Amino acid sequence: MIAAVFFYLFAGFCVASAFMVIASKNPVHSVLYLILSFVSASGLFVLMGAEFLAMILIVVYVGAVAVLFLFVVMMLDVDFAELKQGALQYLPIGLLIGGIFLAELFLVVGAWVIGPGVPQAIVAPISKTVSNTEAIGLVLYTQYVYFFQAAGMILLVAMIGAIVLTLRHKERVRRQNIAEQVARTPAMSMEVIKVRSGQGLGSNSFGSNP
Amino acid sequence: MMEFFWTYLWPVIVIVAESLLMLVALLVAVAYVLYADRKIWAAVQLRRGPNVVGPWGLFQSFADLMKFVLKEPIIPSSANKGVFLLAPLISCVLALAAWAVIPVNIGWVVTDINVGVLYIFAISSLMVYGIIMAGWASNSKYAFLAAVRSAAQMVSYEVSIGFVIITVLLCAGSLNLSAIVQAQDGPYGALGWYWLPLFPMFVIFFVSALAETNRPPFDLVEAESELVAGFMVEYGSSLYMMFMLGEYVAICTMCAMATIFFMGGWLSPIPYAPFIWVPGVVWFVLKAVFFFFLISMAKAMVPRYRYDQLMRLGWKVFLPLSLAMVAIVATVLQYGGVAIGAMK
Repeated sequence: MIAAVFFYLFAGFCVASAFMVIASKNPVHSVLYLILSFVSASGLFVLMGAEFLAMILIVVYVGAVAVLFLFVVMMLDVDFAELKQGALQYLPIGLLIGGIFLAELFLVVGAWVIGPGVPQAIVAPISKTVSNTEAIGLVLYTQYVYFFQAAGMILLVAMIGAIVLTLRHKERVRRQNIAEQVARTPAMSMEVIKVRSGQGLGSNSFGSNP
Repeated sequence: MMEFFWTYLWPVIVIVAESLLMLVALLVAVAYVLYADRKIWAAVQLRRGPNVVGPWGLFQSFADLMKFVLKEPIIPSSANKGVFLLAPLISCVLALAAWAVIPVNIGWVVTDINVGVLYIFAISSLMVYGIIMAGWASNSKYAFLAAVRSAAQMVSYEVSIGFVIITVLLCAGSLNLSAIVQAQDGPYGALGWYWLPLFPMFVIFFVSALAETNRPPFDLVEAESELVAGFMVEYGSSLYMMFMLGEYVAICTMCAMATIFFMGGWLSPIPYAPFIWVPGVVWFVLKAVFFFFLISMAKAMVPRYRYDQLMRLGWKVFLPLSLAMVAIVATVLQYGGVAIGAMK
């Protein structure tokens, strides 16, 4: 009973905040509702006994991805009331995408009903002796190790690509070279000069005396 | 009726009582941690520090609490009211929530979950939201700059903290905080704890913890010389107090994590009588206080980092070092046959 109460609580929050993501006027509020939606979804994962996935969802999506969303949205300087004016003209495209999503959901559920082998493959019970984390690790690093590595390589290429596209070394920017600074000795940077009275510095490495 | 009571209500009562006990102990500890911070800082600068309220100023934190609570909260007219009020609540509640899984003695923990380490890591990665939301909702340039800085700073140092935690997990073989402490139990006492075999990671963890909690020398988020008070510039009274509370609780959490990961949690440093007669919670508190002393001394002695230096340290020094250490530790454990603690 308790589990059911919490399921409806988290599911309700998840759906309601997902609706508020598209309904709220302020984009920063939208991102905050998105975060609430993620957190509720991770609550649902905990209820299913997938606590590792729940925590990873929070660490990756809420702790890193949504921070960057929020960061970008906060920096934008756009009149959003004006932007919302023509929102209705995108209704057909929105409906089309929504329809495709719905059809895909039906396909998944249909496969579930038609092929009796599918649910068994998906919800194969984890052995009670291994923990959640261990079970995922055992599958991910043995059976699916090539897919896992391929996903990692794709992400690496994307990351390097983003850096190559955005990195600019400007000519006139002075950069700090830590190794150079650390390697500096007093003899390289200081000079002790005896200043004779009435004559000043004269001309030396510090420039000429007016 | 009785069955309903024993199946549903009784566990709820027990959990609420345990949580309340933990919270009250934590809040009293935070009051004295704040006092200790100010005293240590004062002693380094040859000042007296708070010494007026109560004997040796021991009640200073409670006087401050009264002052904050009784002041009038002011919300700027151009602020985004909802988010402005939500931000201090988030940072305070999240900081306190982390203590649900921290074991201070054998079995002395509110919930002993299997993924305790990940839970704390998730909570500390959410802490950045309090600051970002406060910075944005205040509608002030100083606060906004602080929010932008914090987003970059806290995300960067989370990466290296994550790798440090992974090396500890590799050695302990569990994500459960109590199991990590148990894994460090051995005949050599303090020499068997992970601070010795993982010493570089211990140092990286300590420095990253400073950056993650926005403590000096990495307190660029509230750098008073450039940003007045950073993201807290528009806050006053209880709302400001909640930020302060959240910050100090987060520092206590980091001290507790360092204690659990590297200093053997509640274990006695010398595993023989009479030292093992001392209750474990005493050892835990002593170790956590030692870490807090280090953090406090860092605040008193080290000048603030410049922003680009902070980023360089996080991405170009700590990230490669900790990543290399993950590979090295994994290799040593797999092929070296070195048994650390309770490695299987």
